Amino acid sequence: MSAATFDATLEQEQKTLERTWAQPSGLVGFFTNIDHKTIGLRYVVTAFVFFLFGGIEALAMRLQLARPESHLLNPDLYNQVFTVHGSTMMFLFAVPVMEGMGIYLVPLMVGTRNVAFPRLNAFGYWSYLIGGLLLYSSFFLNTGPDAGWFAYVPLAGPEYSPGKRVDVWAQMITFTEFSALVVSIELIVTTFKLRAPGMSLNRMPLFVWSMLVTAFMILFAMPAIMLASLILAMDRQVATHFFNPGEGGDVILWQHLFWFFGHPEVYIIFIPALGMISSILPTFTRRPVFGYLAMVLSLVATGFIGFGLWVHHMFATGLPQLGQSFFTAASIMIAIPSGVQVSCWLATLWGRRPRLATPVLFVLGFFAIFVAGGLTGVMLAAVPFNLQVHDTFFVVAHFHYVLIGGAVFPLLGGIHFWFPKATGRRMSEALGKVSFWLLFAGFNLTFFPMHILGLHGMPRRVYTYPAESGWASLNLLATIGAFILGLGVLVFLVNVVRSLRQGEVAGEDPWEGSPGLEWSISSPPPPYNYLYIPTVAGRYALWDRRPDQPVVTGLSRTRREILVTGTLDAEPDHRDILPNPTVWPLLLALASGVGFIGAIFTPWGILWGAVAAAIALIGWFWPRGDLQRIHFEEQP
Amino acid sequence: MSLLATGFAQSVLDPAGPQAAHIDRLWWLLFWMATVVFVLVLAALVAALAVRRPSEATVSLNPGEAGERRRFRTVAVATGVTVVLLFGLLVASVATGREIASLGAPRALTLEVVGHQWWWEVHYLDPDSSGSFVTANEIHVPVGRPVLVRTLARDVIHSLWIPNLHGKRDLIPGHSSVIWIEADRPGLYRGQCAEFCGYQHAHMALDVYADPPDRFAAWVAAQRQSAPAPSGALLERGAAVFQTSACPLCHTIQGTGANGQNAPDLTHVASRRTLAAGALPNTREALAGWIEDPGRAKPGVHMPPTSLDPGDREALLAYLGTLK
Repeated sequence: MSAATFDATLEQEQKTLERTWAQPSGLVGFFTNIDHKTIGLRYVVTAFVFFLFGGIEALAMRLQLARPESHLLNPDLYNQVFTVHGSTMMFLFAVPVMEGMGIYLVPLMVGTRNVAFPRLNAFGYWSYLIGGLLLYSSFFLNTGPDAGWFAYVPLAGPEYSPGKRVDVWAQMITFTEFSALVVSIELIVTTFKLRAPGMSLNRMPLFVWSMLVTAFMILFAMPAIMLASLILAMDRQVATHFFNPGEGGDVILWQHLFWFFGHPEVYIIFIPALGMISSILPTFTRRPVFGYLAMVLSLVATGFIGFGLWVHHMFATGLPQLGQSFFTAASIMIAIPSGVQVSCWLATLWGRRPRLATPVLFVLGFFAIFVAGGLTGVMLAAVPFNLQVHDTFFVVAHFHYVLIGGAVFPLLGGIHFWFPKATGRRMSEALGKVSFWLLFAGFNLTFFPMHILGLHGMPRRVYTYPAESGWASLNLLATIGAFILGLGVLVFLVNVVRSLRQGEVAGEDPWEGSPGLEWSISSPPPPYNYLYIPTVAGRYALWDRRPDQPVVTGLSRTRREILVTGTLDAEPDHRDILPNPTVWPLLLALASGVGFIGAIFTPWGILWGAVAAAIALIGWFWPRGDLQRIHFEEQP
Repeated sequence: MSLLATGFAQSVLDPAGPQAAHIDRLWWLLFWMATVVFVLVLAALVAALAVRRPSEATVSLNPGEAGERRRFRTVAVATGVTVVLLFGLLVASVATGREIASLGAPRALTLEVVGHQWWWEVHYLDPDSSGSFVTANEIHVPVGRPVLVRTLARDVIHSLWIPNLHGKRDLIPGHSSVIWIEADRPGLYRGQCAEFCGYQHAHMALDVYADPPDRFAAWVAAQRQSAPAPSGALLERGAAVFQTSACPLCHTIQGTGANGQNAPDLTHVASRRTLAAGALPNTREALAGWIEDPGRAKPGVHMPPTSLDPGDREALLAYLGTLK
């Protein structure tokens, strides 16, 4: 075959694949899209919109606390604002944005064409969106939840939180946990079954490992909060008494269920960020991350130990000494895998001074901030000290160091890193650096003083404080820092919007020499991702690629075929057919929306929702014969 | 001392009792350990970045054996040091925990603190029931004598926190628990609710006076007294206003018919430093404004507004002022 015919064949194959995997365009396409890249980007963009809302709430709180005895926000509004801020940042920003990055990147990194269950994936996104819209529409109607993102009973129970506010919170949880469980199933199955041949488990990119561990954590953590929010809703709606001490219920039960989810939750946010760092560093240090096995084992260990810490949120409830010691030991122990990972990254950087591109700056910022947050975390594991600073601004400082430093900084590094891949254009380095320094300075100015405030007796969740407390100047400093932080976010957004239009056009590999499979295809990737499913000969696919590295042939180009491989060694097993775009996931999400939102007002809502969902499911699974038809056309 | 002068001693770092002192020592241990580790890690980062970059030609994707072995040794040592440090911390934490858990003393004073939205009910329990009395938003303890505090809550969860004396203990409906405190130097220490409890979580403070034993005894003797009978027309009118308004439905004044249990006991209200759980100073003007519209100082508070004509108001304020 001559080169010309070869190119022509290639072009023909490309066109066929494009047609097969194309998403319908226009409004219909918008509602029926099931491509993992579109869904992933929707998660990320939606999460950033909620991040902005959460940030505005944070600024409102900082304005209120900038001086003592301020009357800017009344206590009712302040309580809604801090509850919605916490719920937004945890449920509508941090977890979904990491899930979105996983949904976008994992199929590309393992070398397949879509996630394992594309329609379910779309359903997960729509559920999340409905949950977020529910929370914010109620907040804008002045019925935002006001019992804290942790919704402790009895304060969140029917007697002390009458009205619909806490019900809105409980149902928002239901939606976002739905979506989290969907994502976790997608990621687990995609990772285990759709990896490119040759990508055995011990060759998986560290980001994929981190998403796999995260997915398993979601799978075990989320049922606890779904159960908790369900029985809270039942206590509130149909007068069950799970949490009512007057009728034999127990308020501590709520705390156990909530924190059994709530503590793993922070690792669900944090672990994907670790994977991002391990993706950024090799590109810029031009070497593999030091200690692959240690990194993987650390991720897995974090995932396990993360479930043994929840009681350290409850030390002040007065548990027996022995039990406390166990949780102290576990809480201290989790510092070991984090320490191993930090050491391994330092060993990776050693002597490999990377170019200080924006993604690298964010990684370096991570080191400074996260290590400080990790160390205050170790302090908090010590019960006696915990009893002093628990529920003070010291803890507020600690977890913002861990979550912003440990998760948001690597995330922003990751966004700068993969932006060219997803959009085809590079972000401005100059604006990137300006935003980094604003964020870094603003962050420390905002949150460092809070350590001192906590030690000097300032409790959390107070809408004001007395003038004679002596807390005013540090609070003012924190408020000024918060606005600098906000400015940094603004510059980042300007950079995103500007780069989308005028950014330098990125090729396949804009950072020059990145090792991941995703850097071998065009930016943005075509709807089918890979013209041929690649094969992999090492942990750093493009670095370890042999000149004659084979590709997978034999997959149909006229229907949505993917290659299913073995869980451990990724040896080819069989072909599978993924479904076509459809509107049913959206309709099912709307139907469950009717059910759960209806249930806020009447228990009958569940029934209406169940009927609507049954109709949607019947529609979803109605046999259409289109797959078979294509199948027969394919027969020779 | 300046903090004491303003009545605002509320700090972890200024211990005034044995338990807070133990925790303070633990804190400084944690602080210095964390500082050293932080500086070391950042120094390692700076050093890693400062090492001369190999020229492009020598960059290899598969770094040399020797370098990797060195790295492995360094990481292994760092991990070993981490484990040892953490184990040391665990030991220090458990040891401190044992020190502060109990002051187990036979001559302890026993208190019961009940958290309410948004005030503190304090029972001084005496084996002889006639020696027991109730107060609110103010605790007096004798210096140098351990105090056993039994905690509970009847509405939502609150948390008792007097940082100069000890860490927190949650007050949980359906779960009574006990905590020991002790003050070893006289002074006024401020406590504050530390578990979010609704609208006025921010205004739920309490004063803790650590008194020398004789002054404490005098205070106890005064608190055990019932309210004095009103003398003179103005005070009698004031007492009548109190008894015929909504006040007695919620408040108690020992020695009168007022026996409400939903709000602070007012038998000795005039002896206290603050009103409304620390939200207002205990002055005549503040009290007048509070009675007229409690929601002005504490929006969302459960106490209803009471409008009185000026004569009644003056009489009521005068009467309440005698409840020392």
